Amino acid sequence: MKKTAFLGTIAVAGMAAGMGFADTLSDVKARGVLNCGVNTGLVGFAAPDANGNWAGFDIDLCKAIAAAVLGDPSKVKYVPTTGQTRFTALSSGEVDVLARNSTWTFSRDTDLKLDFAGVNYYDGQGFMVPKDLGVTSVKELSGATICIQTGTTTELNLADYFKANGLEYQPVNIDSNAEGEQQYMAGACDAYTTDISGLAATRAAFADPENHVILPEVISKEPLGPAVRHGDNNWGDIVRWTLNALIAAEEYGVTSKNIEELVKSSNNPEIQRLLGVTDNLGAMIGLDKDWAKRAIQASGNYGEIFAANIGEQTPIGLARGLNAQWKEGGLLYAQPFR
Amino acid sequence: MGKTSAAFVRETMLPPEPPPMRERGVVKWLHENLFPTPVSTVLTVLGVLIIWFLVDHFYAWFAHSVWNASSLPECREIIAATWGEGASGACFAVIRERWNQYVFGFYPPDLYWRATMTFGMLFVALAPILFSESREIRRIVLVVASVLTLLSMMELNAPGVWMGFAVLVFLGALTLAERRAGWLLIFSALYPLLGVWLLWGGSVWGPAMVLAGFGLGWLAFVLVGRISPVLAAAVAILAALLFWTLLAREVAQFAGWLLPLSIRAVASDQFGGFLLSITIGVAGIALSLPLGIVLALARRSDMFLVTSLAVIFIEFIRGVPLITLLFVASLLLNYFLPPGTNFDIILRVIIMVTLFAAAYMAEVIRGGLAALPRGQYEAADSLGLDYWKAQRLIILPQALKISIPGIVSTFIGMFKDTTLVTFVGLYEPLKSISDAVRNNIAWKGIYWEPFIFSGAIFFIICFSMSRYSMYLERRLQRDHR
Repeated sequence: MKKTAFLGTIAVAGMAAGMGFADTLSDVKARGVLNCGVNTGLVGFAAPDANGNWAGFDIDLCKAIAAAVLGDPSKVKYVPTTGQTRFTALSSGEVDVLARNSTWTFSRDTDLKLDFAGVNYYDGQGFMVPKDLGVTSVKELSGATICIQTGTTTELNLADYFKANGLEYQPVNIDSNAEGEQQYMAGACDAYTTDISGLAATRAAFADPENHVILPEVISKEPLGPAVRHGDNNWGDIVRWTLNALIAAEEYGVTSKNIEELVKSSNNPEIQRLLGVTDNLGAMIGLDKDWAKRAIQASGNYGEIFAANIGEQTPIGLARGLNAQWKEGGLLYAQPFR
Repeated sequence: MGKTSAAFVRETMLPPEPPPMRERGVVKWLHENLFPTPVSTVLTVLGVLIIWFLVDHFYAWFAHSVWNASSLPECREIIAATWGEGASGACFAVIRERWNQYVFGFYPPDLYWRATMTFGMLFVALAPILFSESREIRRIVLVVASVLTLLSMMELNAPGVWMGFAVLVFLGALTLAERRAGWLLIFSALYPLLGVWLLWGGSVWGPAMVLAGFGLGWLAFVLVGRISPVLAAAVAILAALLFWTLLAREVAQFAGWLLPLSIRAVASDQFGGFLLSITIGVAGIALSLPLGIVLALARRSDMFLVTSLAVIFIEFIRGVPLITLLFVASLLLNYFLPPGTNFDIILRVIIMVTLFAAAYMAEVIRGGLAALPRGQYEAADSLGLDYWKAQRLIILPQALKISIPGIVSTFIGMFKDTTLVTFVGLYEPLKSISDAVRNNIAWKGIYWEPFIFSGAIFFIICFSMSRYSMYLERRLQRDHR
């Protein structure tokens, strides 16, 4: 807690310096490279492969922004940031955008002087237990030992939820996801709690995934999204609308495969505006009219990115759930391009 | 000559009787070493039980190791197929597939040879310093380093020109080491610049300008030294600093335009794994020892200001955890430096690690200085030596010899502390690289194998340092106990 406060103070103290980066767009263009703050490693969201090439759900967002701004999805420098360094890296100007599964919270948005440009993944905290424990609901976990990462919002959520429901628990503090898996497998705790996406990835990697169940309760809201510095609204707009373009593209059925065809033949005015066939929306945010087209071409629309990195065809096998389009019962709702 | 008679004269010695059963062979050894007293017997039995427990638990895991697989699930399948369902086994295939990241991080694969060559030449640079007295050991070290480096460079497809360069350096070093080992010290002095250039790449004129600055300073020192020796040092430092800050960039650009000699640049964020640990470790060790000596001398100085500054520095740095210093290096400096300043992160970390190690080093050496009998100081004074001569010729050689175990402990501790750079987003081998590997879905769930691999390499390096320190102590032993 003290460390968090200390880092928060640094971040706030750095705001004055942060104001020096008023025009991120021209900085990025002059540099020719987008500095994208990413996780040092999170399965499906951001991880380097054997050759050092980054891949993942958050990485594809970086690529889309680079494609929109610089015209080339490969012009990204991935800056790995840890939970401690991520916000200071952003406010000190080391990175232009932070695409690092960070939860959009009140204090981060206001006190830490960040601007969240949207939500690219709706996560929530859940619990995993061994099947032979015979537990079907978190309510039955009273008195259980629970593996929990220290210094995260998940720790606070757990305390809140168990207190609100009058349950007791024994925390087993762990430092990293890998350690948590190890402790859980060794039987040091009855249940393991972290974000549902992380639980799914963890379970997928077990030797016996069928012997473990993820309980139905989701005890917290974790809207994860890209963050930018407070005070540079145009840059924030670019990140927000690039994300919106990916989401809208899925809604309108624009994919990386059919996009060239749609540019020529689509009569749908919404698609025409999005792809810059009729209006020149890009000019309003300091880009050219093909910006959204390039962003979608980088790794596909939101649905394609989801399916390629964390979807049901991948070993992680996440269902769309809350991350489905609003027409399909999810929360994805891109504001209109007009 | 009458007959001499004797009752009995033994002409041959009887063979000695064998010692009793209890006093010979295995029984004696066992009795003396394992079961001398009841307490020892109990401890021995306990020890054997613990060893048995460990072997029983881990032997199967090691024996079932899989070295050929492309993912953890595949490993598990192989183990299940070979040793039956439910068998547990290590999956060292992850090391086989990702060894390059553990060793080089994200260094460009086609340039691995450059890092390897730099590492090999480190031994050429170290040989005359570490093994200045024994020609045989020097020869062995150089031959082994040359052969291994050249072989690995070939394996890593180093270009012919650079192979030639490496062969030239190694052959030259071997010849010099036999005839005039002292000359190798020139290479040792140049090595930091050569190493930095080879690792980070870029134009050759950058390191050349650093060298030119030293040359200029030396020239100024010699020239002014004729007039006033006191002024000379100040003028020399000033000349070098002025050259570096004002002229070096332009001269380097001009030289680069005349003769563009440059190799591909590699950015600091591409460093990782043991390449990063060893770079930080070697730089920290090489810089912290001289700094530590200066600090130790400063702390024992008679001058009030010098002493207080040294005490404040040492106590402050020792009172702050290394992680805090690293955070300062990576985060706070960004705020204080003007925006757009590109102050290399590895350089920042090296500076912080060096300051940290130097503070500890200063205390270790101060211990050595304090252990020296007062008579040695008085003897130096009575010979009419000035302060620096007395330190250089009489005090420090003895004080450093006394401090060797402490100095090497500090080195070992510092080298292991390089793993802490994980907290500022650098890819050290123990945690960051392992986490990156684990976060690929193919290797998610792997835990002990990367730790065992990294731990083994750290052990080899630290153990070598420790053995070297014992060798050095024996070599420097001057008393007869």
